[in-house]
Amino acid sequence: MIRASLLPAAGLLLLAAAGTAHADGSGSATLDAVKARGQLVCGVEGSTPGFSIPDSQGVYRGLDVDGCKAVAAAILGDSSKVKYVPLTSTNRFTALQAAEIDVLIRETTWTMGREASLGAEFAGINFYDGTGFIVKTAQGIKSAKELDGASVCVQPGTSTELAIADYFRQAKLKFTPILIDNYPELQAAFISGRCDVLSNDSSALATFRATQAKPADFMLLPEIISKEPLGPMVRKGDDKWFDIIRWTYFAQLIAEEHGLTSATIDAAATSQEPEVRRFLGLEGDLGKALGLDNKWAYNAIKQVGNAAEIWDRNMTPLGVPRGINALWNKGGLMYAPPMR
Amino acid sequence: MAATHVVAEGPPVTAARDRPPADLVGPVAWLRRNLFNSWWSSAISILLGYLLVRWAWGLIDWAFVNAVWTLPATANPLDLAMPCRKLEGAGACWAMVGDKWRFILFGRYPYDMQWRPALCVVLFIALYGASANRLFWRKELLWIWIATLTVIAVLMWGGVLGMGFVPQDQWGGLPITLILATFGLAFAFPLAVAVALGRRSREMPVVRVLCVGYVELIRGVPLISLLFMASVMFPLFMPEGLNPDKLLRAQIAIILFAAAYLAEVVRAGLQALPKGQYEAADALGLSYWQKTRTIILPQALRMVIPPLVNTFIGFFKDTSLVLIIGIFDLLTAGKVAMADPVWSGFSTEIYIVVALIYFGFCYAMSSYSRGLEKQFGKAKNR
Repeated sequence: MIRASLLPAAGLLLLAAAGTAHADGSGSATLDAVKARGQLVCGVEGSTPGFSIPDSQGVYRGLDVDGCKAVAAAILGDSSKVKYVPLTSTNRFTALQAAEIDVLIRETTWTMGREASLGAEFAGINFYDGTGFIVKTAQGIKSAKELDGASVCVQPGTSTELAIADYFRQAKLKFTPILIDNYPELQAAFISGRCDVLSNDSSALATFRATQAKPADFMLLPEIISKEPLGPMVRKGDDKWFDIIRWTYFAQLIAEEHGLTSATIDAAATSQEPEVRRFLGLEGDLGKALGLDNKWAYNAIKQVGNAAEIWDRNMTPLGVPRGINALWNKGGLMYAPPMR
Repeated sequence: MAATHVVAEGPPVTAARDRPPADLVGPVAWLRRNLFNSWWSSAISILLGYLLVRWAWGLIDWAFVNAVWTLPATANPLDLAMPCRKLEGAGACWAMVGDKWRFILFGRYPYDMQWRPALCVVLFIALYGASANRLFWRKELLWIWIATLTVIAVLMWGGVLGMGFVPQDQWGGLPITLILATFGLAFAFPLAVAVALGRRSREMPVVRVLCVGYVELIRGVPLISLLFMASVMFPLFMPEGLNPDKLLRAQIAIILFAAAYLAEVVRAGLQALPKGQYEAADALGLSYWQKTRTIILPQALRMVIPPLVNTFIGFFKDTSLVLIIGIFDLLTAGKVAMADPVWSGFSTEIYIVVALIYFGFCYAMSSYSRGLEKQFGKAKNR
């Protein structure tokens, strides 16, 4: 009898506790933590050109870094309030699981296995990459199908290594892998002729080509043999936080679609276009619904720029063509749902 | 060899000569005795000499004659490396070091505040210098250490005296290497002495078993796995958001690891001390701590200076293993500097610079220890 009457009472207490928790916070533990800290903690790779690497003055730059900055601008109104945590491919997921970082933006390939088993999920795709090959133009190779018997320079333990093994087996071609862990040494080995082909993500190969003294001496083969969609990752179970990361990224695409750049966004305040007005927080309460200020998207674009600006800042100087990473209406795969 | 040796040291052939003949002493004689004493010895000497000269010639050509020393004035950062690329490996690209040296030395520390870590490096070196001088070996040295390390902490963190606050995740380069090595060895050494004494203790079996267990456990795993434990496993056991800093975790792992090795070195010294010393101290009626402090340790530690310094040097270099857990020490900063696409393909120059810095510190340590041995040995060799 006593037990029966106690149970509902305990249930009520629990409900009350949950209610007060709701009243205090935004409903997202991660968002509350970021706001209380006044800083976003962002896991990055830390040494890949174009994605995240410190320049000669020690300032982090890159596509992933700009992703962190946009989130910080959207939440805190200041893109500089980010703490970057460089992570290796081994400790990145632990860092996310142990809440050492708020979000992982570290060239991580979206795969089913990762999403199903790691307790974390992908909030979008900020870069469509894929494994490719680069050869010396003088070799006269025009296609990956001509690579029978080639020696291929590749970093051991990467998804690239698995992808080329699959590719050559499927195409019934023979190849000799030349495995070198250190990427600068791998590049040097390819230049000095220790292998016929260098294989890596196509973005990295384009960078390699663009930084050579004579880029025309090297040629990217047309085949892209694997899908490597890279994106930001968050812990499962915090859906509001997931929404913020996802929509901050969509905001960059929507801004590009509407031609809003960091330079023109202030002038856009007079625009009568409904979606632009909602974007700027002049109409509706979309920002509030995310648990943020209504100016969240404005801050992100004003301080960091739209998707095209971010690309031009980080990838264009490296000679990486935008290709499938362009907007959907310009022949690419980048597509954001409407903001309404 | 033995025969000529005897001749060389033998008495002069005639009393009229006041100098030994030129073919028995002097550089020519030395060459003949050691490098050209038979036809195959001459052949090997000439071959090796030729290779050495050629190699040295190539090195000078590469490192000095053909090298690019200055950065070109260009608006496009990607063109910075063009003069170096045009050499196609015929010369060193020191311009790269010119572009990157501040990043290698200070990592991601805010650029306009880098005088602070620079001053810290100077303070560290001054501290080592002062501690090396026997004139300073008194109690006050401890206070000097505490004061200097406090100043270093204030300089690195800032946040007072008008200096901006710089969180640990932005520290990097040489100061990190010196911090890890200095704190690592400074804390590991007393711990090691305690563990070594504990392991030799007869009255306290529990302490002895604990000390043996600690040493064997730590020595049984590589430093890399300890660092991995500290950086990957440890956070999983902590409540969410309550994590000690990554640098601190790595520092503790290094202290624990170094202490286990140093403890074994110290124990070797304790065991090498003649039993008579222990018995004489007991006969004087000294307590355990008096005996240990005034009789046992001074003699035991003096005996193990070479292996101690050997371990110190090893650990100074082992701090570079924090590379794998993403801490920006000197070597990591160098590696990240190499990854810059502007300078892709150039890495030898940075490795050479980093190696020279490591060599400077390690060589200073080993030549100091040689001097120390000589000084301490004087009493014994008299």
